[in-house]
Amino acid sequence: MGDVYVVGVDMIKFGRFPERTVPELGAEAALMALDDAGLKIQDMQALYCGNLYQSSAMVGQRILQQIGQTGIPVVNTANACATGATAFREAWMSIKADQFDAVLAVGVEQMGKGLLGSATAAKGIPTEGLLGSGTMPAVFAEAGMEHARKYGTTFEQFAKVSVKNHHHSTMNDKAMYQIETPLQEVMGAEMIAYPNTKLMCSVNVDGSAAAVLCSEKKVRELGLMDRAVRVRASALTTDEFTDRGLTMPDVNTCTRRAAAQAYEQAGIGPEDLSLVELHDCFATAEILHYENLGLCEDGKAGELIDAGDTALGGKIPVNVSGGLLSKGHPLGATGIANVYEVCTHLRGRAGKRQVEGARLGMTHVIGLGTACAIHILERAA
Amino acid sequence: MAETLPVVPWLHIEEDGAHWLEGMRCSECGAMFLGHRENCSSCGARGSLKSEKLSETGTLHAFSIVHRSYPGIDVPYISAIVDLDGGGTIKGNIINVEPQPENLSFGMPLRVVFGDALGRKDADGNNYISYFFEPVS
Repeated sequence: MGDVYVVGVDMIKFGRFPERTVPELGAEAALMALDDAGLKIQDMQALYCGNLYQSSAMVGQRILQQIGQTGIPVVNTANACATGATAFREAWMSIKADQFDAVLAVGVEQMGKGLLGSATAAKGIPTEGLLGSGTMPAVFAEAGMEHARKYGTTFEQFAKVSVKNHHHSTMNDKAMYQIETPLQEVMGAEMIAYPNTKLMCSVNVDGSAAAVLCSEKKVRELGLMDRAVRVRASALTTDEFTDRGLTMPDVNTCTRRAAAQAYEQAGIGPEDLSLVELHDCFATAEILHYENLGLCEDGKAGELIDAGDTALGGKIPVNVSGGLLSKGHPLGATGIANVYEVCTHLRGRAGKRQVEGARLGMTHVIGLGTACAIHILERAA
Repeated sequence: MAETLPVVPWLHIEEDGAHWLEGMRCSECGAMFLGHRENCSSCGARGSLKSEKLSETGTLHAFSIVHRSYPGIDVPYISAIVDLDGGGTIKGNIINVEPQPENLSFGMPLRVVFGDALGRKDADGNNYISYFFEPVS
């Protein structure tokens, strides 16, 4: 069983495109990834398509109706915020299973603005604001406050995550925003759900990203090893039972389990990583995942952000793309956009935000409900 | 005619007007769940769950103060995760506390109180009883 490689990968600039359709957005990224690999849709043996909000509407097939109806198998995936990563993983598995040599993975989403969800109830009465809050900013605020309870993490430390990620995005033309947000501005922004202010919440945007994956044999046959990125690990976990988990979503246990599996598959440890793109859906979440992914010891995440270790130029740069906080978070596209970011660094093409000498990178996403996906990628050439 | 109904199926309203919250505990592994279910998702045991009355005292595990919510929902409010004494974790609003972080502390003792669901009614005009938390003074 040989390795699997990414030979083409790209994403569109994230933004708001209400005049365009989901298949159009997906098709654009798909063609960009094919162009990056120098391949055509006729070279693809299967398509794995991640999209959440139209998960019953055959988005993958509708993308092929835009770019080439070759009759290949299409699998549409939906796995909350892990949707795109799940599509990428299915593509990886199909090659691992020796079914195909060249496949396409696409993630795409079109989102409204504002809070996800609504206060309407199918029956009975709405419970939002009655039985606490089910809004995402509040759920992740509570997860952050659990960390504050254990380790004394402060509002300021959580806010520093947003300062860092917004700074990173000023070097990324494909991010939704390129705006510096000083600490006072982050902490003084409209409070959404304490301790998450508006600038500590990810941006709902439209976006798409795509990757072409090939078997080792195919990469060599095509002569693409110079641009290839090796997939060293792929892990997917769900929420195992924890005492509070059915009341308070537990994003820690499933991340720790996925990280342990991924490090074991890759035969590496966190100290070997050059960069990480992790699921900063809210600033509070990034702090938790420093520890969950083993980037620091338990209880040291506050010190890690204070020391600047996770900023570009630091010991382990995290979310140099700008992260979900500033690049934007089109749910189904996010997992593959993370792969794009890490691959871009591994190929030395990240321009001003390049992590020098990047050799190994990790991507991480969490979809509440719950699904956690982690990939470890390595420069091949 | 409009009835008075519980906000969640595991809040019980007795004929005499008394209220209580129902947990289901797995007799195999001890895991606690809210409301009726057939199987235990902690250990996988089937038919192992036994009903029990949840305690009406507990401690504050974690919270958020919500300043922006869905349209039509009054803010701010305190969303709290509360560990009940004797087992079970439930989520709800803390009332009778000004919604400021300095008024809340991890581990603070709270009690469950029952009351009208903030005047919310369903499409048929039924009233609802909810549970809330308030500090034990």
